[in-house]
Amino acid sequence: MSDEKKQIEEITSQEYKYGFVTDIDVDELPLGLNEDIIRAISRKKNEPEFLTEWRLKAYRNWLKMEEPHWAKVKYPPIDYQTIRYYSAPKNTPKYNSLDEVDPKLLETYKKLGIPLEEQKVLAGVAVDAVFDSVSVATTFKEKLSELGIIFCSMSEAIREHPDLVRKYLGSVVPPTDNFFAALNSAVFSDGSFVYIPKGVRCPMELSTYFRINAAQTGQFERTLIVADEGSYVSYLEGCTAPMRDENQLHAAVVELVALKDAEIKYSTVQNWYPGDEEGRGGIYNFVTKRGICYDNAKISWTQVETGSAITWKYPSVILKGDNSVGEFYSVAMTNNYQQADTGTKMIHLGKNTRSTIVSKGISAGRSDNSYRGLVKVGKNATNARNYSQCDSLLIGDKCGAHTFPYIDVQNTTAQVEHEATTSKIGEDQIFYLNQRGISTEDAVSMIVNGYCREVFRELPMEFAVEAQNLLSLSLEGSVG
Amino acid sequence: MSLLEIRNLHAMVEGKEILKGINLTINEGEIHAIMGPNGSGKSTLANVLAGRDLYQVTEGEVLYKGKNLLEMSPEERAREGIFLAFQYPVEIPGVSNTYFLKTALNEKRKHLGLPELDAADFLKLVREKMKIVDIDQSLLNRPVNEGFSGGEKKRNEIFQMAVLEPTLAILDETDSGLDIDALKAVAEGVNRLRRDDNAFIVVTHYQRLLDYIIPDFVHVLYKGQIVKSDGRELALELEEKGYDWLK
Repeated sequence: MSDEKKQIEEITSQEYKYGFVTDIDVDELPLGLNEDIIRAISRKKNEPEFLTEWRLKAYRNWLKMEEPHWAKVKYPPIDYQTIRYYSAPKNTPKYNSLDEVDPKLLETYKKLGIPLEEQKVLAGVAVDAVFDSVSVATTFKEKLSELGIIFCSMSEAIREHPDLVRKYLGSVVPPTDNFFAALNSAVFSDGSFVYIPKGVRCPMELSTYFRINAAQTGQFERTLIVADEGSYVSYLEGCTAPMRDENQLHAAVVELVALKDAEIKYSTVQNWYPGDEEGRGGIYNFVTKRGICYDNAKISWTQVETGSAITWKYPSVILKGDNSVGEFYSVAMTNNYQQADTGTKMIHLGKNTRSTIVSKGISAGRSDNSYRGLVKVGKNATNARNYSQCDSLLIGDKCGAHTFPYIDVQNTTAQVEHEATTSKIGEDQIFYLNQRGISTEDAVSMIVNGYCREVFRELPMEFAVEAQNLLSLSLEGSVG
Repeated sequence: MSLLEIRNLHAMVEGKEILKGINLTINEGEIHAIMGPNGSGKSTLANVLAGRDLYQVTEGEVLYKGKNLLEMSPEERAREGIFLAFQYPVEIPGVSNTYFLKTALNEKRKHLGLPELDAADFLKLVREKMKIVDIDQSLLNRPVNEGFSGGEKKRNEIFQMAVLEPTLAILDETDSGLDIDALKAVAEGVNRLRRDDNAFIVVTHYQRLLDYIIPDFVHVLYKGQIVKSDGRELALELEEKGYDWLK
């Protein structure tokens, strides 16, 4: 056969195999999900064979699973064939100056205290050469690599550190764990990978470069953090700036592995687009987050959730090792028509394990906010200790707050304490503060921040300040 | 110009008319006592002056420092120097007493064009004011009124008054629920805060408080109207004869 004919044959057989021409060159894959799409995603990222197989296996399992509907959230059925599962990150700016950006959006950025240059990047405005985000990120990374710390994107980790990834990926949240985790395992776009070597204390808070990179996070994020024996790391996820995305479904998976004597602190501030005042649009945040502790290890989850139309997540800790500790501090706020079904699972397996749960729910508008928690003590988990406190604060009379605590104890030496309160912001409290010269907006803010104090205390300082501003902003218009 | 001028004030709450034409003038340096049986409208008057939404003014006007008071929001009135010592001070969990008071003071200072106080300066001020009112140091860092006894709550009200230095202070049944010692301490605090350029409205059911906070004028409120006004002897007469005497 002539060379020419051979080439044509190759090309046409490629077409046949993948259903489209030159898939390498396009920025996005067509809508829908099938094995070809998954292979294409894997190829676009230059992934090793083992990972492609891992994805496919997850996908095949996903096909056999049924979407769960036990949470107290309502949403129209999701058509998985109308979602685009891959599009290359867009770096081209949309505007030439901030003047072209929606002034309301800029107002929000200002209230959150976001510096001007960052505002530009977030809004999609072309940025001057003066603000060089690349060089800042580089010095940051140099410092870390001196200590042997790996902090990179998931995609990079798969290419540069396949053995580490292979060892731990799916070890805490297996692809078969649940419907959305299976989907994520099949199509995850990117996320963070962190590895802290033995005995190393990570000297700075790690975050997806503060706010800039967060703007490009995908809908199926996958994050894996491994703290080797005796190490420590504090990781920040998310940002206070409101994030919009044309993709509605966000199904992320975060796995934390704290080996013997290690500690991982994972903080999240989430403000995804919650939909408009009528409840239209808004992001569905269906996340699986779980950590596993070995002997004497500790994992703390701290979260402030104010965004998303629907939030469905239970950051959990498996207390496998003896003397291990799990903590969950959460403020989940819903306004307008938002819905949240969130909480945690603390699974006590080792001996002398301890867990602390402090959940503060705030409901306003016509929203619905549920806490769902599980404290499970296995039959060999001697001397397990748990303290849970779930509080609900209602603002106005059209919102809902619900609590679903599950306690499953199989060992007689366990001590499990559970406290719950429900309260509302009274007109008399607001008037008291008004009469002392404080505006209603500031009064509500003050009361809510006081209510959330215990949780904010656990956040790294700069996040705590942002979180307070964010909460105030999210409350605007909730007390009329 | 008088400090406060109330002309033909009518007000209702939950659809029922409580104040039926109040006329009252208060000048700087004066202490006015408002007495009356239950349901006469004493607390309503106090709350209407403070600007509480629940109470609707249906007729009349109120001038404060020559300005239309009824047009101002409650927080504006506060920043202009009106202070209401509540009958039942509400609890505000999670918000520290000190932080709340500092915010309140700074709102007033902002309004007056004064620089705000930082935490250190504010604490210095607090220590000065604590000498005026007999309040326990430990109450300062607790959440506002949370777990405070009745007496402690009332003392906290007077302490706030000491810090905010209002021009017109309205004490709404500050003596209710207090034993004699607490009553004396509260009265002492109020007396120490008297100046030539401020005024007090003391709303009370019983004469007892007026032995310690001696009023310049006593007005008796009955069924939403002031039926009698006189000097302090009126209070003593009421104590002797009871409210039935007026009917």
